[in-house]
Amino acid sequence: MSPPSNNLKDIPIYAQAEEAYSVGNIRALLEEIAARLEKLDDNGETWMIDLNSLPFAPGEYEQLRQALGQGEISARIEAIGASEIIETHYPGVWWVTHYNVEGDTVADMIEIAWLPEIIKSQPEDVHAGLQRLKAQLNERGE
Amino acid sequence: MNQQELLDFVRGPGLQIAAAVFVLGMIYRMLHLILLGRKKNLAAPRGSEWGPGLRTMWHRSLLSVGLTPRGYFILIAGYVFHLGFLITLLFLGQHIDLLRSALGLGWPALPPGLITITAILTIAAMIALLVHRFTDPVKRLISDYQDYLAWALTILPLLSGIMLKQGIALDYQQMLIVHIVTVELLLIAIPYTKLVHIFTTFSARWYNGAISGYKGVEV
Amino acid sequence: MDHETLGYETLGECLAQQGISRRAFLKFCTAMATLMALPPGSAAAIAEALIKAKRPSVIWLSFQECTGCTESLTRSHTPTLESLIFDMISLDYHHTLQAASGYGAEKSREDAMQKFFGKYLLVVDGSVPVKDGGIYSTIAGRTNLDLLQEAAKGAAAIIAVGSCASFGGIPNAKPNPTGAVPVSELIKDKPIINISGCPPIPAVIAGVLAHYLTFGELPELDDLGRPKSFYGETIHDRCYRRPFYDQGKFAKSFDDEGARNGWCLFELGCKGPTTHNACATTKWNGGTSFPIESGHGCLGCSEPLFWDAGSFYTPLSAPTANIESIAAGSAVVGAGIAVALSVADRAKKRRAQQAHEKLTVKEL
Repeated sequence: MSPPSNNLKDIPIYAQAEEAYSVGNIRALLEEIAARLEKLDDNGETWMIDLNSLPFAPGEYEQLRQALGQGEISARIEAIGASEIIETHYPGVWWVTHYNVEGDTVADMIEIAWLPEIIKSQPEDVHAGLQRLKAQLNERGE
Repeated sequence: MNQQELLDFVRGPGLQIAAAVFVLGMIYRMLHLILLGRKKNLAAPRGSEWGPGLRTMWHRSLLSVGLTPRGYFILIAGYVFHLGFLITLLFLGQHIDLLRSALGLGWPALPPGLITITAILTIAAMIALLVHRFTDPVKRLISDYQDYLAWALTILPLLSGIMLKQGIALDYQQMLIVHIVTVELLLIAIPYTKLVHIFTTFSARWYNGAISGYKGVEV
Repeated sequence: MDHETLGYETLGECLAQQGISRRAFLKFCTAMATLMALPPGSAAAIAEALIKAKRPSVIWLSFQECTGCTESLTRSHTPTLESLIFDMISLDYHHTLQAASGYGAEKSREDAMQKFFGKYLLVVDGSVPVKDGGIYSTIAGRTNLDLLQEAAKGAAAIIAVGSCASFGGIPNAKPNPTGAVPVSELIKDKPIINISGCPPIPAVIAGVLAHYLTFGELPELDDLGRPKSFYGETIHDRCYRRPFYDQGKFAKSFDDEGARNGWCLFELGCKGPTTHNACATTKWNGGTSFPIESGHGCLGCSEPLFWDAGSFYTPLSAPTANIESIAAGSAVVGAGIAVALSVADRAKKRRAQQAHEKLTVKEL
């Protein structure tokens, strides 16, 4: 038997509740982060958690933000679109979000490390930059 | 035929065939039994038939006292199995969906966790009863192929149902096909094997009570 | 597009030409890892592979389709990613997206196919009609059947995008008047990957292309030819409403109390348990939502023959055909048989009584 049909205009509209429910993802994630942070503490082992692959219930993503909070560092990268990196309340636990030029999220992850890879200067870029600097010095010299 | 086609078949024509065979078989057998009539009793009746008949149906369903240990075992295991089977069948939400589409009406469901426990107890009782049937010399002697077949056909839906619900062994689609097929097999077998006792038990108890009541026995 | 020069550059050269820093490239590879559902730490390995990757030519053929799959891809919420992918591939033919048309476009296609014979990637969306010689869908006067068979000859691999190309889709649904068949039914000698869905999630399409570009081969496939990394799990197994299913809390009708509390949609016909796709995790529109989160049950659109699998609103545990009338009919027939037989039996009983003979139950 099919359910009673609803006329579209008879369906009332409800704004989403502020306090959304949790289905347990937050606790599980925090446990994983704690375990990985311990590994970082013990032997410097780094880890990344891809948030895009997790089935968050509505409201859980914000709950995670609240749980991890914002620490002392926030950095912004401009490379084919912006990237935002913050250190959370827990040092060593970083939240890295990559955007494209249109402002859409292309990657969103929790990184447990001394410093996220993306912030470090890359050897190839350093080399290319050195060449540019030397060229500029030559120009000035003349 | 791929898996999706198989699923569509068992949910569609498969169920129709099973339902047709089941309903046709049950109606035919029950009606035939009743219409066959009884040998005319030329003695004068000393009591009514219907009252004692109905009372016997009720009395014989109650737990009895003064049984041997084996008797108690059979009684309790039997009840656990029968009640458990009925509760699992009638009070799981998904089953109610199925029955609603066949009967036109539904009813509230029990929590699925409770149903899982019930189903496990039912299976345990069935296994206990099978072991008894096999080890007890008298039972072993008088059991025929229909007894074992009925047991197998009844436990398969229970087992496949639990596996479907808990995600054991095959994936959901395959397990759903297996579960529906076992149910269809059971449905087809009921009217043509000893499983017809689903209905005949109660009519038999009525007859017993009626005979006693006719003779004026206090029931 | 002059494919003479766009032929075999490596990606590394391509990026260097565009002045993209290594850091930016690393960010791109991280995004690719997310897209391909690979562990995020594999960005470095992807970078390694991509730097050396060559740009393959891609021919995109659209057959009996609604263009939803192309629309899905161009809605990909990673346009920079997509544009990089489309920079990384040489899209030599796509009759919806390309600017060229007419004989010039067809000539371009034929030239690309000839030049890169054995190496180009063939992407197909839409099913192929085969009835009456395939006359029901033609491009430039040639049947889809013909075009597919010719293009497949020189393809390194075929990507069937969407449920129509993968399994036949809506044209294939009963009564299938055009004789529509999926690509895999026609081409047997080339590796085919099915990216099913109606439409597929754009990130999945882009992810498979990315995988091919990075590793030079198709990802691991399931028994229906779909990439396991995206189609390995059912919606049911990753659905955030699963706790409600387990507790037996179902919505009984749309917009009732249960529905507004976000309860499970099984009783409203959700096909999540039997559907393999990434909707529950990757979601749609850049991770905004997916059908169940928006309150409607899964249609099962990435599974074969989903259009013919009974109503979208009939739960999986309920029958797809009418049981009530069949049961009523059988009851009548059963009663009829019973009456007929008992009339015959009573006649036997009467005869036996008159002949003063005993009659046993077995004789009836």
